[in-house]
Amino acid sequence: MSKKILMCGNDACGEGAMLAGCTFFAGYPITPQNELTAYMAKRMVDTGGTFIQAESEIAAINMVLGASAAGFRAMTSSSSPGISLKQEGISYMAGCELPGVIVNIQRGGPGLGNIAPAQGDYFQSVKGGGHGDYKVIVLAPDSAQELLDHTSLAFDLSDKYRNPALILGDGLLGQMMEPVELRTQSPGNNIQNKPWALTGCAGRKANIIKSLLLGDGVLEAHNIKLQQKYATIKEAEVRVEITNAKDSDIMVVAYGSAARISKAAVAKARAKGIKAGLIRPITLWPFPEKAISDMADKVKKFLVVEMNAGQMVEDVRLAIYGKAKVDFYGRMGGGIPTEDEILAQIEKIA
Amino acid sequence: MKKNTNTKVIKMPEASRIFKRPDSLRDIDNHYCAGCGHGIIHRLICEVIDELGIREKVIAVAPVGCAVIAYDYWDFDVTEAPHGRTPAVATGIKRTRPNNIVFTYQGDGDLAAIGTAETIHAANRGENITIIFVNNGVYGMTGGQMAPTTLAGQKTATTIYGRSLRREGYPIRMLEILAPLPGVRYLERVSVHSSHETLRAKRAIMKAFKTQVDGKGFSMVEVLSMCPTYWGMSSIKAAERIRSDVATFYPLGVVKTY
Repeated sequence: MSKKILMCGNDACGEGAMLAGCTFFAGYPITPQNELTAYMAKRMVDTGGTFIQAESEIAAINMVLGASAAGFRAMTSSSSPGISLKQEGISYMAGCELPGVIVNIQRGGPGLGNIAPAQGDYFQSVKGGGHGDYKVIVLAPDSAQELLDHTSLAFDLSDKYRNPALILGDGLLGQMMEPVELRTQSPGNNIQNKPWALTGCAGRKANIIKSLLLGDGVLEAHNIKLQQKYATIKEAEVRVEITNAKDSDIMVVAYGSAARISKAAVAKARAKGIKAGLIRPITLWPFPEKAISDMADKVKKFLVVEMNAGQMVEDVRLAIYGKAKVDFYGRMGGGIPTEDEILAQIEKIA
Repeated sequence: MKKNTNTKVIKMPEASRIFKRPDSLRDIDNHYCAGCGHGIIHRLICEVIDELGIREKVIAVAPVGCAVIAYDYWDFDVTEAPHGRTPAVATGIKRTRPNNIVFTYQGDGDLAAIGTAETIHAANRGENITIIFVNNGVYGMTGGQMAPTTLAGQKTATTIYGRSLRREGYPIRMLEILAPLPGVRYLERVSVHSSHETLRAKRAIMKAFKTQVDGKGFSMVEVLSMCPTYWGMSSIKAAERIRSDVATFYPLGVVKTY
């Protein structure tokens, strides 16, 4: 293991992109992700890549669309209101089957909300967000190290499936400083694997990238192909961490910052003799529905903890499908649940 | 019968081809209405690309509007862009592929309404791209609604009594807005309403592409174009309207050069 560097989650996210061979970044200022754009501004200039402070979030995602169409690894980042603006571009990228990484360091909403950490964008992230039937690969890190690792991984998955990938963090993860090992398993960009890229048509037929499909049945056929791809991703790319899988009577389900706090609450519950465990979805889409469903065959009490009014809990209930009781505890508008609040909920249910 | 011994065999010069479809233009029917200017402008671009020998280096960005399926007609790399985001997409391509020739093809709604911010900021950054801006004063694809460039008094689907300056505001002159920006190198307004003006249009498109090839920076050609369908007149009258009305408000000529 190489030495660790103390860095904030936003910087770690940027370094994860650099390690994966990202050479293009476009962004727009918004708190609490500003460290990331500043980090990329320096790193891109230092390494000969491209950094553009765009005129809007909308322009930024479309610059990423262009760089990705040209065959390069490209990223944009923002926080909740800015991610709303990017949804049009993300839908186009999904329709055009273009890779690209979008980072959402969530803040409180709705509207301008506040700049405190929140998880109110779960639905937007995993249910589509923009128009049309499409899915984005969503990774939910819970530390600065995972912001680095998962950003790197997001580029590989995005290229592999020709599909946008989204890092769903929050202001807590983005701002806090932790020791981070600079590492990657990414092979980096390989333009040879992108025969669809726009490079100029020398020695081949012209390439066209489009999502407009007007012919009779053509768009439906395209949608069927997309759904088949999503099915493949669901089969192959689910990532989940389960703590105390073997002997728990109650399972907490949480992701990101909420999972990190829940992990401590679960440890406190164990110290009090309550057999609690934690299911932490790492991919929010594809969602670990099978792991949760299997767990519900033996565990009959679930507690979903989120920093929102209850969004992922719907997917947990769908996965469990009535096999177990699912309770919810959430804080909204930038409120962060404490270990003791979660512990109290565990004790109430247990 | 007496043989005519006076017959002379006159040797004709070998036929040489002086006019053909540009290599960059696919040999298929297009979907444009009779009298529409898009077909002419598509061809001019392809002629210029052929003459500059850059077909294999070109990457185009198609708009949302009547010309969205320009990629069906052009035989070089093309991507689609969300409505108005065309210069942002072109920016992403050109910055990562500075040796390719990147141009956008945009209508008045795409460039001067929904994409105004992208247009102005790509120009202000001095992106080394070329924009071909087709101004026909209406949204053709969606049924002839008012465009930002619709002339005062002009009847459209959304200005059924004619564009009222008080209600709808003034038509927008984009070249004149962009001209003061230091990053902008070449701006010219042309028209395709006559063969004479079409030749001038080709020269302007040539200069715009050369501006990019020479690495000089942002270039844009505004092409006044006919939309007989949504102007509600014959092709001939539509061409005449450009001369009499449209080019009066949008004067032809170089707005900025180097």
